[in-house]
Order: sequence, then C-alpha cells, then structure tokens
Amino acid sequence: MPDLDSISILTLWTAIAVYAGSFIAYAFDLARRSSATTAEVQSPALVAAGGADARGAGAPASGTAAGGKGKSGKPRFIFARIGTALAILGWLFHLTSALTRGFAAGRVPWANLYEFAMIGTLLIMGVYLVVLTRIDLRYLGTFISGLVVVLLGAAAANFYVAVTPLVDPLKSVWLVIHVFVASLSTALFALAFALSVMQLMQSRRERRIAEGIESAGPGFLRTLPNTARLENMAYHFTVVGFIFWTFTLIAGSIWAQDAWGRYWGFDVKETWTFIIWVLYAGYIHARATRGWRGNPSAWLSITGFTAVIFNFAIVNVFFKGLHAYSGLS
Amino acid sequence: MSSSPSDRAGSAGASGRSSASGRSGASGRDDGAAAASDPLRPADHIDSAPVDENEINQPQLGVVGWLRWGWRQLTSMRVALVLLLILAIAAIPGSVFPQRTADPNGVVQYKQNNPDTFPVLDAMRMFDVYSSPWFSAIYLLLFISLIGCIIPRIKHHAKALRALPPRTPARLGRLEHHRSTVWAPEPAEGDGNASTAIDAAAAIDVAEKQLKSLGYRVARYDRGRTWSVSAERGYWRETGNLLFHISLVGVLVTVGIGGGFAYTGQRVVIEGASYVNTLIDYNSINRGRFVADDSFQPYALTLDSFDVTYEDFGTPGAGQAGNFAANLSVRNIDGSASKGTVRVNHPLHVGGDSIYLLGNGYAPTITVRNADGDKVFSGPVEFLPQDSAMTSLGVVKVTDGMPEQLGMIGFLYPTPLKMKSGAYTSVHGALNLPLLTLDVYQGDLGVDGGKPVSVFELNTDGLEKLNGRTTDTKSIELQPGETADLPNGLGTVTFENVSPEGAKDTLQSVKRYVSLQIHHDASAPWVLAFALLALGGLGLALFVPRRRMWVKATAADDGIHLEYAALARGDDPTLAAAVDDLVRGHERLLDAAAPEGSTPAKGD
Ligand code: HEM
Repeated sequence: MPDLDSISILTLWTAIAVYAGSFIAYAFDLARRSSATTAEVQSPALVAAGGADARGAGAPASGTAAGGKGKSGKPRFIFARIGTALAILGWLFHLTSALTRGFAAGRVPWANLYEFAMIGTLLIMGVYLVVLTRIDLRYLGTFISGLVVVLLGAAAANFYVAVTPLVDPLKSVWLVIHVFVASLSTALFALAFALSVMQLMQSRRERRIAEGIESAGPGFLRTLPNTARLENMAYHFTVVGFIFWTFTLIAGSIWAQDAWGRYWGFDVKETWTFIIWVLYAGYIHARATRGWRGNPSAWLSITGFTAVIFNFAIVNVFFKGLHAYSGLS
Repeated sequence: MSSSPSDRAGSAGASGRSSASGRSGASGRDDGAAAASDPLRPADHIDSAPVDENEINQPQLGVVGWLRWGWRQLTSMRVALVLLLILAIAAIPGSVFPQRTADPNGVVQYKQNNPDTFPVLDAMRMFDVYSSPWFSAIYLLLFISLIGCIIPRIKHHAKALRALPPRTPARLGRLEHHRSTVWAPEPAEGDGNASTAIDAAAAIDVAEKQLKSLGYRVARYDRGRTWSVSAERGYWRETGNLLFHISLVGVLVTVGIGGGFAYTGQRVVIEGASYVNTLIDYNSINRGRFVADDSFQPYALTLDSFDVTYEDFGTPGAGQAGNFAANLSVRNIDGSASKGTVRVNHPLHVGGDSIYLLGNGYAPTITVRNADGDKVFSGPVEFLPQDSAMTSLGVVKVTDGMPEQLGMIGFLYPTPLKMKSGAYTSVHGALNLPLLTLDVYQGDLGVDGGKPVSVFELNTDGLEKLNGRTTDTKSIELQPGETADLPNGLGTVTFENVSPEGAKDTLQSVKRYVSLQIHHDASAPWVLAFALLALGGLGLALFVPRRRMWVKATAADDGIHLEYAALARGDDPTLAAAVDDLVRGHERLLDAAAPEGSTPAKGD
C-alpha cells in the first residue's frame, strides 16, 4: 500500500481534474443561460429588470428565475447540475486528500503554504456547496471552481513540500484555531468577491437597459438576481467573514504574544491582516454611507479580496517576516 | 380564519434602499415619538433623511460656523470611510520597507544596498512608518472622528433605551412589509358595534402579549375606533455597535498607555551562568517613558541547561532543530527558589515579567596562555550561528598579558565537513566531533577608547593577521580538549572540552547559550479584553435584527380589519418571514381565544 502522503497527492490531483470538469460544465451553463434566455425572455420582463428596485428580494433580474419557476416554464440548467455534481465529487476527493495529508503528518493539515492552499480552497468550495443548499448561487460556479482549480493547481505544482515535523513556533493550539478561522473567512470573502463582481456587471447592464442600449452585456446576467439582491448577499457573506477575520486578528495576536513575546509588532503578515481588516471595515461603512452604496462599495469588496489573495500568495512567498512558514526555501 | 398577505408588488424587495425610503416616509417624520428611539446616524448615513447640501457646504457664520462645519465633516460617515481607506493605504509601505522596530538589521542592509535613496526614504519615515507623524495623524484623526461620532450616539441611545416604541403610523399600508386581514367574529348578543370594539381591543391585547413574548418592547396606542400595539426590538444592535466602536478606542488607549509602562530587554545567558533582573544586567533594552531605572524586580535567573533535538539524517526535515527548552533556576526577591522551563510558545512568568526564548547558540570555552604559560584569557565565548547547521562565528579578544593585544576570529563547525575547496562547513547542528578554527590577529583592538564595541565583531583595521588565508601560516584547527600553539611563539590556545565526567561522545563538549527576551507589559490583558468586547459588540451589531412591528385593529361594519406592518432598522433579510410568522401566530392565538362559532372572514 502506498503511503498516506502519496494517496493525498493522488487524490489532490484527481480533485483538481474533477474541479476542472466542474468548471467546464459551469462555463457551458453560463453560455446556455445566455443563448437560451434570449429566446425565452420577453422584452417586458427585461424592461422591468431595468427599474432600480422594481423587483422583489429573491426575484431574478428577469422573468426567468434562476433555477426556479419562470413564465416560460422551468429552466433546467442541466449543465449547472453537472457542474455542481462534479464540484461535490471533486470536493470529496479534496477532503480525502486533506485528511490523508493530516494523518500522514500526524497533525492538522495546515502548517505550510501548500497545506494552507489545500485547506483554504477546501473551505472555499465547502462554503459554496453548503450555501448552495439554501441559496441558488450556481451562477458563481465558474468563478468558484475556476478559482479553486487555479489556486490548488498552482499550489500542488509549485508549493508542494514533503511532510516534515513542525517547527517549534507552530506547535500551538492557535495553529489549529487561527489558521482555520482565517481560511474560513477567506472562503466567505471569496464568495462575496464573486457576488460583487456580478453586482458590478449587473449594475452596468441595468444602467444600459435603462438607457435603452441594445447590447446590455453578457446574456447570462438575465438569469441572475438584480443588483440590490446581489449586493445584499455579498454584504452578508462579508460581514460573517469580517467577524471571523476580526477573530483571526485577535487569535493571531494572542499567539504572537506567546511565540514572539509581543502581541503586535507590525510584522509583514500582521500588517497585511490589519490592512485587510481596515479595508473590509471601510466596505461595511461604505454600504452605510450615502453615495457609496452600490458600485463604490462593490469595488471595495473586490479590493479587499485582492488584498486577501495578495496576502496569501505574494506576502507568504516574497516578503520577509516572522511568518516564514511557507515551507519553501 | 384565513389571511392573504397583501402582495405589494414592487415593494417586496429586501433592499436596504427601499427600506430606507420607507423609513423616512412612513415613520419618524409624521410621529415625533419615532425619532427618539431611532439610532442616531451621521447626516450622510444612508438611512438619514437627505439634508440640503447647501446647508452643509456654505457656512455663513464666520469662525464658529466654519468650525461647526469642519466638525460635522470630520464626524461624517464619508470622512470616517475615507480615513479608513487612507489608513489601509498608509500601512502598506511598512510592509515593503524594513522597519526599525521589527527588523533593524534589514534597515542597515537597506542602507548599504541603497545609499542614494535611503536618506530620502528615511526623511519620509519609511523605516518607522507606524510611529511616523503622518501615520499617527491619520489614526488620530480617525479616532477623533470616532469619538465625535459616538458620543452623541451614546446619549441618544441611552434615551432610546428608556423611550416607548413610537406611535403607530397612521397609514401602515405605506410600509414595505404590510399584511392585512379581516376578522369577523360571530356577533354576540347586544349592540353589534360595542362587541366589535371589544373584539378589536381583545385582538390587540393578544398581539401585545404575543409580541412581548417574542422579546419586543410594546406600547398601546388606542384611538377612537382603532386599537394598535407598537413594538420594537433589537436595541442590542445599536448597543453592540456602540460597544464595538468604544472598544476600539479602548484598544488604542490601552495600547498607548501600556506602551509607556512596558519594557522589553534581551539578555544572553550561557549554561551555568546567572544574571539578575536589573537595568545594568540587560544586553539591550527598550523601555517606555514611565519605566524608571529602579522599576525592575531584582530576581535572579540561572541557565541550568538547554535542550534541543535535531531531526536525524535520512528523515524528512533532516537536521531541523526543535523542542528548544531553556531550563532555568529562579531565585525570587523573597529568597524563595524555583525551577522553570522556557519553550517557544510557552514563556516563563516571573515577577510580572514574561521570559521568552529568542535564540540559542554555542559558546566554546577557550583558554589562551602567553609564552610564559600564564592564563591570559579563559572562558566561554558566545558564537553567532550563521546557518541552520549551526556553523557559528565568534571573536576572542585578549586585551592584557600579551606583548600586543590579540584578536581571534573563530568558526565553530558542530558537525564539520571538508568541502572540495578545502574550506569547512557544518552539515548538522549537533556536536558530532566539533571543530574550531581560529585566525589570529595582533595589534590594537580599539577597545580601550571607551566606545562600545560589539562582542561579535573584530575591527581588523589596526591589526596584523598572523595566520589563515592570505598568510603563510595555516589557521588553527582544534577539537574539544586540544591545544595548539599560537603563531610567532606567542603562547597556546586550548579548546576546552566541557563534557561531563565519563562522557563517551562529544555531544556535550561545548556549552550552549540562550538569548532570552524579558518582556513586561501589564496592559496586554486589557487590550485583549477590549478586543474581545469589540468582537462581541460586532456580533451584536451585525446579527441582532432591529425591527419595529405594528398590529392595528380597526372596527368596521364588515368585521375587524387587522393590519400588520414591520419596518427594518438596518439590514434585516428575515423581516418578511418574521411578519408572516407574526400574522400566522396571531391568527392561531385569536382562533384559540375566539368564542364558539365565530367565523373567519376572507382577507382582502
Ligand atoms: C476606527 C475606525 C472605525 C472602524 C474600524 C469602524 C468599523 C465599523 C464596523 C465594522 C461597522 C459595522 C458594525 C455595525 O454595523 O454596527 C461599523 C458601523 C458603523 N460605524 Fe464605524 N468604524 C470606525 C469608525 C467610525 C467613525 C469615525 C464613525 C462616525 C463617523 C463610524 C460610524 C459608524 C456607523 C454609523 C455605523 C453603523 C453603520 C450601519 O448603520 O450599518 N465608525 N463601523
């Protein structure tokens, strides 16, 4: 029998392949939404969608509900279903990979950059799938599976390190708590980011429709909720993520106090965690500030997540600091 | 009894935008009572009624007017937001350039590599970003804004906590979340009008109880032929928001004050050696402005031993060091003694100080004798590790007893390997047959001028090199216990073997030293407490729904018109469901309370 870490690697690459399949299926789904609805949706619905808050909370931007009942019958979104099924399958492989890696190492599987990427993407996909059981967010499927394939593929190809014993500073319960919660908030911010991008696209489309411009943007937007709804969802994911991030910051400080003898020292990683926290606090304020709700706040959400990714990919690898746990040399 | 929630097409959206417009239209403005319990928000908050821009932008009141205007700007949402974004941007340079507090060596190195740009950047305080005037200005403005923003809100909220829920709006139908039903209980004998009135009042009594049990604060507003209950809940939302913002101030203030009373010092201790916690016994120390020279508790510490393990050859992570533990004896000021161990992640707490393990290294014991055989130098010398296999560099300075002063640059290779070039390297951190090489210099060491000189550095400017590379004489190579002649017949040098009696290997032949950090900061628990309060406040502020509900009964000829309406105060995605639940619950309670035979009427 091969050793556990080899199983972990094998299942990880299987997961990546299955996720890639999921990405393709979701991409087909978006294409189908674009073409199918052109025929199905009558123009009055389109006009209604243009009006600022003419539509209800859960209602999509046009007559065809995303996966629900529409005037023109039930759209089936076959490819979205395939995409989700593959995402679940990939996630099971992914989970197996994380578990076997953990057992191989005899500790939690998030102690170096390779493992951070593994657990972070596991949580992104996990949160997405959990949310799917309550809200139909499958129009984010391409983004989520695409993001996971890229991050996971890059990590598996470039960041892989063999299982080694933990260095002393990582031998702490805070490794379990702090890193896990940080990954969880990253997952929530990722969903919020995707929704904010959709919000901007939808807002552009709504504006163009209101101005009577023929080509209002990608057709799949017709099957998505309206701007206000997208913004609300993005906000709710962000505030949950923000609470977790606040906790991450506090837990990290407690750990730093034990490991480095001070709770805060503007180490590079600490600084970026703080920057991200301030950016999202700005986002939350922006949504409550006249003139900043809507597109400007969406841009802040996008900036926030860009900083999260920067903090993960760039700061870990290229910046010098105390958080030298990438395991790379 | 049945009801049909009125389907108010076009206004069922849960968007904050529409609830905001609903708010200013349907509450508050026409009822003075409403304003009191509404959370107070800056004028440019999304929920505030738009103010005439001219009023804000064109002060005509001279100095006082301008000050007022400036203050209103500073405490506006917009300025708070912009300051937050500026703060985020301003923090970035500190992650790009090495900072004096976090990475002093990095700053020195940067200066060497970029002699041209360094002075400019330094003048801009790029190497002390977080204590720079411009960074301080940003966060201080932000916190002034914060305090200016929350003080009126605290006052307002304190009042709101005691106020009654607002008067029921006259036209509930204008609210976004509105349901209505008609209830027609079987008329009892007697005056039909009077019995409808009694029934209507009873229906509201039921609703009042129901809302109360749901955690609402309730008030009755009965007037003429209408009976109504006004209910509000979620005061914790605003309380949480205020708690969060106040706690941020708490964090800043405790960090600021705490810094004045905190100190952090470093001290190197060799195995078997002791030191006393007094100012002069520190190798280096940073202390806050309120830390007096005599504010140190004079406990004494002895390093009994230092443990470390290295991963074996052939295993993943071979050579990796870990399980560091400095075993200390503590003699407290009251004379009591105890033992303790300092590990990474597990500081030792002594007399209000926390003691951390910063680093460790080897301190070979070296004895130098002059030509007459007199000991002119003897003792352990701290060597600085240069790589993960503990190749270590150290300096021996012999100031007296020789014809001229003598300096030696030594390398210690715990597990030496001779490379092709002839040079040595260490391949493992443990003492598997350690090797000490020494290059000897003679001349003026420059230590008599009173200038502090690093013990790890030898300034070779005024010195003549006697052996090693670039000379004819080979470097001195020693294994533990060996003695070699110094060049030019100057005497001898011995690499002492300090292994315990009867040791069979060289694994303990060299003493180790640890570098300890002694940290004192009594404010840390307070900072943590405020941070946790902020976290708790945030949870309340973001997740407690604040909402108002009204149930109104109007007695009419065809029965009792029941109206239910709700208003969100802030984001409230579950409000619609909450109204539906209220309607259903009320129906059920009315049914249960209704006299025999009453027939529900159709909803409108
Ligand atoms: C130290 C910088 C600040 C940070 C980190 C911060 C952070 C936050 C956060 C995370 C929230 C969301 C919690 C909630 O909705 O209750 C919030 C809300 C709020 N903050 Fe701040 N804040 C800061 C400064 C300020 C200042 C200076 C003001 C006044 C101008 C202010 C006014 C508000 C208001 C009115 C809300 C409620 C927003 C709403 O109604 O949704 N904050 N703040």
